[in-house]
Amino acid sequence: MAQSILTDIKKAAKKSLKAQKDVLANTQMQLEILNGELFADGELPYFKDIIAETGQFPLRPKKLEVLQINVGYMCNQVCGHCHVDAGPDRKEIMTRETMQQCLDVIRKTGAHTLDLTGGAPEMNPDFRWFVEEASKAGIKDFIVRSNLTIILANKKYHDLPEFFKRHNVHVVSSMPHYTRGKTDKQRGDGVFDKSIKALQMLNEVGYGIPGSDLRLDLVYNPSGAFLPSDQVAMEHDFKKALKEDFNIDFHNLFAITNLPISRFLDYLIASDNYEDYMYSLVEAYNPTAVKSVMCTNTISISWDGWLYDCDFNQMLDLKVASKVKHIKDYNDEVLNNRDIIISQHCYGCTAGAGSSCQGAVA
Amino acid sequence: MAKSYYDPADLRKFGKITEWSEELGNKFFDYYGKVFEEGALSAREKSLIALAVAHVVKCPYCIDAYTKDGLQRGITKEEMMEAVHAGAAIESGATLVHGVQMMNKYDKLSM
Repeated sequence: MAQSILTDIKKAAKKSLKAQKDVLANTQMQLEILNGELFADGELPYFKDIIAETGQFPLRPKKLEVLQINVGYMCNQVCGHCHVDAGPDRKEIMTRETMQQCLDVIRKTGAHTLDLTGGAPEMNPDFRWFVEEASKAGIKDFIVRSNLTIILANKKYHDLPEFFKRHNVHVVSSMPHYTRGKTDKQRGDGVFDKSIKALQMLNEVGYGIPGSDLRLDLVYNPSGAFLPSDQVAMEHDFKKALKEDFNIDFHNLFAITNLPISRFLDYLIASDNYEDYMYSLVEAYNPTAVKSVMCTNTISISWDGWLYDCDFNQMLDLKVASKVKHIKDYNDEVLNNRDIIISQHCYGCTAGAGSSCQGAVA
Repeated sequence: MAKSYYDPADLRKFGKITEWSEELGNKFFDYYGKVFEEGALSAREKSLIALAVAHVVKCPYCIDAYTKDGLQRGITKEEMMEAVHAGAAIESGATLVHGVQMMNKYDKLSM
């Protein structure tokens, strides 16, 4: 039932919450819900209290490893679970000036991974310039998070696989589900079919082939109010299905838990799943996962240059608790001496095997 | 007291049965957990068996739990429905096979 509700919501949602002037476009309202009676009445423990049980409060950063840059919220899709509330109507786009400030930081930081995300990052008009410049910085792992369908969305994007290859970009793509049955294979111009075609195009230029240095990883988000299962088992199922049905190869699958914010929070509330979902997250709380949550090794940078502990905090407009709050003032040392801002959405990263932009952590 | 025999929120309280009989409750949950681990059968296969049995014993809690478990494991709705039919077929077969008993008795009593 959850899945069909989500499908209905996806069909209905042609606009972002922001464009719909939905009450949940207000981040303060989202935080109020996350701090609401379920936790305030003591039915479930606050995240800060549960991590304190194992001496992990306040959460503090470790060595910076990942710079994640959100180059804009514009996207060709309006997915029902999107924590960014991205869509074609979002006009927040990183300027070349802010990109230049990011490049200055990339060149001097000790981070080994650069992770570009969005929206659909490819829709930023300066995307290619930025990739070209950033790839010269000698970062070990240069990730672009591509939603796949963008490659087929317009002729100007058709050469993206070649472009990624030329700059040795590590492609991480969302693949919300695989379905072996004929029904979904015949969904016409649906996201599934376009994603399959895009994956085949990436395979054709060498991405995702076993042993290839051209890394192609997939991201799996549950399409409803449930948590992802064991990442290794899911990867096995995805590999088998995509190979048998579509002759597609990829390297690894990252299973990512949907965090109860933005459009996914809206879906949870609209489908009367919010309470159960929060229970599921809290029941699946794994204190070991707290040690490796991504906010301890990542800085997230927004389209307008503000700094956050993670992409989720960015979407809740919770800027880092540091004197340095903007990329123009960036300083590794000052930033590293901060407490990480947490709320109840953080349970999403500590459920089961844990969850991060690189998949399971525990 | 609740006005309904079944409340979906009661599923979350299942673990509380140990409070009134700790030893037996713990033994049950240890056993339960062990049964659903990967073994000669995969955890995925066991999840589908559990879903089928949940329907046969008509346990609403178990149906909720193993539908969700199936979704989490990426089990498709077609696979889930086939599992339910497998359970239903055995259940109706179990009824119908008693028809032989009826036939035997009928023949024995008839001249």
